Amino acid sequence: MVVIQREEYMKKSNLTRRGVLRSGAALGAGLAMPTIFTASSVSAFTNAPGDSSVTLGFNVPQTGAYADEGADELRAYELAVEHLNGGGDGGMMGTFSSKVLQGNGILGRKVEYVTGDTQTNSDAARASARSMIEKDGAIMITGGSSSGVAIAVQGLCQDAGVIFMAGLTHSNDTTGKDRRANGFRHFFNTEMSGRALAPILKANYGTDRKAYHLTADYTWGWSQEKSMRTYTEDMGWETVNSVLTPVGAGDFSSYITPVLQSGADVLILNHYGGDMVNSLTQAVQFGLRAAQVNGKQFEIVVPLFSRLMARGAGENIKGIFGSTNWHWSLQDEGSKAFVKSFGTKYGFPPSQAAHTCYVQTLLYADAVERAQSFNPCDVGAALEGFEFDGLGNGPTLYRAEDHQCFKDVLVVKGKENPTSEFDLLEIVEVTPRETVTYPIDHPDFQGGSLGSCNPGA
Amino acid sequence: MEAIILQILNGLDKGSAYALIALGLTLIFGTLGVVNFAHGALFMIGAFCAVTLSRILSLSHTVIDETRTDFLGNPAKVEVPYIYDFFGPEFGATLIDWAVPLSILFAIPIMIAVGVIMERGLIRHFYKRPHADQILVTFGLAIVLQEVIKAFYGANPIPTPAPDAFTGSFDFGALIGMDPYTVIYPYWRLLYFVFAMIIIGAVFAFLQFTTFGMVVRAGMADRETVGLLGINIDKRFTIMFGIAAAVAGLAGVMYTPINSPNYHMGMDFLVLSFVVVVVGGMGSLPGAVLAGLLLGILQSFASMSAIIELIPGINQVIIYLVAIVILLTRPRGLMGRKGVMED
Repeated sequence: MVVIQREEYMKKSNLTRRGVLRSGAALGAGLAMPTIFTASSVSAFTNAPGDSSVTLGFNVPQTGAYADEGADELRAYELAVEHLNGGGDGGMMGTFSSKVLQGNGILGRKVEYVTGDTQTNSDAARASARSMIEKDGAIMITGGSSSGVAIAVQGLCQDAGVIFMAGLTHSNDTTGKDRRANGFRHFFNTEMSGRALAPILKANYGTDRKAYHLTADYTWGWSQEKSMRTYTEDMGWETVNSVLTPVGAGDFSSYITPVLQSGADVLILNHYGGDMVNSLTQAVQFGLRAAQVNGKQFEIVVPLFSRLMARGAGENIKGIFGSTNWHWSLQDEGSKAFVKSFGTKYGFPPSQAAHTCYVQTLLYADAVERAQSFNPCDVGAALEGFEFDGLGNGPTLYRAEDHQCFKDVLVVKGKENPTSEFDLLEIVEVTPRETVTYPIDHPDFQGGSLGSCNPGA
Repeated sequence: MEAIILQILNGLDKGSAYALIALGLTLIFGTLGVVNFAHGALFMIGAFCAVTLSRILSLSHTVIDETRTDFLGNPAKVEVPYIYDFFGPEFGATLIDWAVPLSILFAIPIMIAVGVIMERGLIRHFYKRPHADQILVTFGLAIVLQEVIKAFYGANPIPTPAPDAFTGSFDFGALIGMDPYTVIYPYWRLLYFVFAMIIIGAVFAFLQFTTFGMVVRAGMADRETVGLLGINIDKRFTIMFGIAAAVAGLAGVMYTPINSPNYHMGMDFLVLSFVVVVVGGMGSLPGAVLAGLLLGILQSFASMSAIIELIPGINQVIIYLVAIVILLTRPRGLMGRKGVMED
């Protein structure tokens, strides 16, 4: 009697032992699955924002060899968020050729942000980006000051279905063999540095030189060395030796001391950040700049320069050539507006890292507005082939085929007589965009493809 | 030939730092029987004494200079150190320039105090505990000290330059009849080596030629008997801990112009210094110094590009390889004594 009643009840409520087990298993699997893969159940793309706010994820090095760059990037992001939300003087929003940003957030939603520390370590950077996407609901990840980190985070964003607007990343690979449909780079690359620097080095140091490379042992260092070797060897320089150095080595003395014995008369330091400050300072301490080799004055070249590094290296930077993405002393309207906003807020001029991060945030917001959608595929389509001006680098193209920006490149030199603690680099030449533009089938950029955009659905 | 001389010189400055830290480690181990993993942190605190003094001397007030403009076109704000007001700009600038050498005087009392507080406040409670407990507590202490420094000074390296008088380099090649500019070595690194030798000499002389040192050595040999003679050996050992802390601290102060200090610099040196102590022989002071210099030079040779090309990555592991070989052939280390850590 009891058994019959129970069977009838179960039939009535459609509850069976197997059904319960099946539902339980499905529910368990659903709960166990990271939210990153389940966005499709509620919307067409990952982390679709609500009606009131949208969250951006700023993933910058707050510790480690590139921490100075990271701190400046974060300042720029905070300034960009302020401007997007209608605060401050609007900065480069007033000079930007696209006029869709109105200072009312992005698509009417207030811009909020979360931050992560990449520690200049790919694993840590991926973990912080993942946390910002999964826990904080970030719809776009941006930042970073290392190509190794940029490539790692770009891959993660591709898989997660969010846009990655790269910060400071200079390796060819970011938009070469490791390019991804969800990733976009405003910063220039080592190929462009090589193209811009070579004519200046030829004019100043001649064609009969012997070069010694010290190279940071990761993707950017290898890429930088390859580009510099290609363009210096093309103009007749001989490469005597190239030595890989660990990132964050601190003391480079044992790498620097063999340079003079090698017969080289130029040292090319493919180092950046704290490493570059240490290696350049130690190279000068070891008397390299005072030395005469092969009847010529010994010279040092730093292919990728930044003002923050110049400050750390102090007097040692004087007279040294390098290239840079942007410099605060540029006199175009966009640069002046940015320097004014940033300088008024923080009391000192922005670095090139700050500039590229600020611009990337505006470009993302602008693309969302033009696409009228936060869907990464719509945003990506709006960025592809986008031609713009007024953001400090002259007319610029976001090339659709590789998501790389093409614009003028600055060749700079450590200033001999600085007038202030910020006036450390002088612009020697603005290399036009046409000179640094390379074909999409350039051999150093082969081996990868964008693939298709991933909205996370 | 030039390359060999240069790598020897290169090894001497790093080896000097290893030797100074290892000397302190051995002193503490020999007197108190404690394996002090916080010793690297003492090296780091010494370096931050230099940073602190440099910041104190550079404390400034802002003055508006109407004759100049800043990057925004506003009248320039100029930071004027208070020390200029007290001593005049010329002498004030000299004091700031000489901040690192002056820090030696600043660091000695601070480091002795830090050492004594560490020993009395924490480590003495662990004398009768196993070595594993001592390692854990001192390692924990090192992490705490690191984080305290990080909280106050941030995570980034802080440039702390040598005085202008020492920024040049010495043409060693010209001195020994080689071509000029073949063997060049920075003055400050040479000074570091000389300074380390003076400190090591002073510690040895103190232990060898003073009554205090004689009692300490007697205590190291037989603590119980010295205690039975009515001598307060614990007090002397506490002072020795303070002296060992000061030696590590001074090594850190003088190292700041070679490598900008950051909060984890102590850990970088600690592991290698332990290898130095083990290779030199537990409890042997001359062994620690000898092994420090030897391993510094070996590491420097292993960084030569010709050697790295032959055996990639050898510069990262050479010290450990040498340690393995020495421990296999001489289990007590180069100058180890019988019976130390063998019970």
